[in-house]
Amino acid sequence: MRPRYLVPAIYIVFLLLPIYWLLNMSFKTTNEILGSFTLWPKTFTLASYETIFTDSTWYSGYIASIEYVIINTVLSVAVALPAAYAFSRYRFLGDKHLFFWLLTNRMAPPAVFALPFYQLYSAVGLFDTPWAVALAHTLFNIPLAVWILEGFMSGVPKELDETAYVDGYGFWRFFFRIFMPTIAAGIGVACFFCFMFSWVELLLAKTLTSVAAKPIAALMTKTASTSGYQLGLLAAAGSLTLIPGAVVIYFVRNYIAKGFALGRV
Amino acid sequence: MAGDVMTKTINQKAWLFVIPVVVLVAFNAIIPLMTVVNYSVQESFGENTFFWAGVRWFEELLSSERFHASLLRSVMFTAIILFIEVPLGIAISLTMPRKGPWVSVCLVLMALPLLIPWNVVGAMWNIMALPDIGLLGHTLNAIGWSYNYTRQPFDAWFTIVLMDVWHWTSLIVLLCYAGLVSIPPAYYQAAKIDGARPWAVFRYIQLPKLKYVLTIAILLRFMDSFMIYTEVVVVTGGGPGNSTTFLSIDLVKTALGQFDLGPAAAMSLVYFLIILLLSWLFYTLMMRNEAR
Repeated sequence: MRPRYLVPAIYIVFLLLPIYWLLNMSFKTTNEILGSFTLWPKTFTLASYETIFTDSTWYSGYIASIEYVIINTVLSVAVALPAAYAFSRYRFLGDKHLFFWLLTNRMAPPAVFALPFYQLYSAVGLFDTPWAVALAHTLFNIPLAVWILEGFMSGVPKELDETAYVDGYGFWRFFFRIFMPTIAAGIGVACFFCFMFSWVELLLAKTLTSVAAKPIAALMTKTASTSGYQLGLLAAAGSLTLIPGAVVIYFVRNYIAKGFALGRV
Repeated sequence: MAGDVMTKTINQKAWLFVIPVVVLVAFNAIIPLMTVVNYSVQESFGENTFFWAGVRWFEELLSSERFHASLLRSVMFTAIILFIEVPLGIAISLTMPRKGPWVSVCLVLMALPLLIPWNVVGAMWNIMALPDIGLLGHTLNAIGWSYNYTRQPFDAWFTIVLMDVWHWTSLIVLLCYAGLVSIPPAYYQAAKIDGARPWAVFRYIQLPKLKYVLTIAILLRFMDSFMIYTEVVVVTGGGPGNSTTFLSIDLVKTALGQFDLGPAAAMSLVYFLIILLLSWLFYTLMMRNEAR
């Protein structure tokens, strides 16, 4: 091994330490956690995981989270596709201003919008549904998706469109049959980022839900604060939230770096 | 927009393609923003009684020491974060393997922290930093640093800065790595023939290529570290005292904790404008780079 690989190697060890510690805690008994400092579980237990999988408030939290993340990803990318196409192919009145205005929403701190969002979604009767969170998250995910997709689309030569029209393709047939497969990697990257930012955001997700659509991550905060000091349970719930992210990364691993390179660089 | 290089046809019908996006984003952005503007100029009593307050909240806010202190803390945090994460991210991306099976391993492991819900990140570091039973806290105490992040402001800052470095350096690494792999091998060969030293290769070949991705990375890191909320609340709750109360935390305390709608709204607007102004500066710089 060459010595320069030490830098990424040390960095990865640093990344894995807190994750290891979380997993370690999740397999310990509460007594062991509070009683002593141990580097690995002395009495290995799955009790914390059992609690989560048997208590419906816990696992329904997972379902709620995944529900709004998927709605948000599909919605954001679906509306961003035609918009990104317009930005990459045409000039129209106010296009640049509109593009910047969209980006400003990626800059809006969720803390600013928490209270008005609560009132808005209560007023339209969507409060405490996955739709409220999914729609609220489009605020920052649509601009991001447009930004990423526009980059990919601009990399596709315009001749592709023109040839297709000459061959007698209508616009939508061209868009779905030829254009979308061409920028499949870009759609993948956009989906990845929408998934990521919707999955990790919590302030809005927590504000817009109370019981029925409470996300898993918010349930954790509640456990930590109300039912005393159940670190094992907290750690187990936390460990389980790593899984969707890890699965998604595994599928897009070859696109992450390439995606950035093709799209925006 | 990258597409500006390409010749584009003028077509006003393109608006039709943009309408769904505009409607959705406007619903989410303009209505709440107008609510905030509305609150910011009024005084609220009880449930639904409002009085006109003019620019009073803005005047109070801009001269309030509490706001200055929170703003200063946010600025300091963002500066420290950028100062550590950007060079570190570049260094890691430069030393990462470029081909072979280890590339995927590195990318997957490095992307992992980016996909953990923010409060889980907080909970994780909370557990990690507990002075008696956490790995970090226990180790630091064992080597003679009487570390306690719930009591000492310096320790609290140390913990959240370390947490943010852990959480977000990978974003910079991934972006820079993408920039580096897109450099054609011919460039390196030419440098080798000329006998360029590694520093010269970095300075004249790699850094210019990284300039654009770095702008995106810095822009994203600036915005997100300036808006940081969840992770810090979970770990320190803004304390000890107010030592880690950043703008966003102060804002949520005012709006949802004390229900002071007017001052909170005024603060939201000022906060948003600061981010907007700085991001606009970055954005125009970016566009200028791209035009060249």
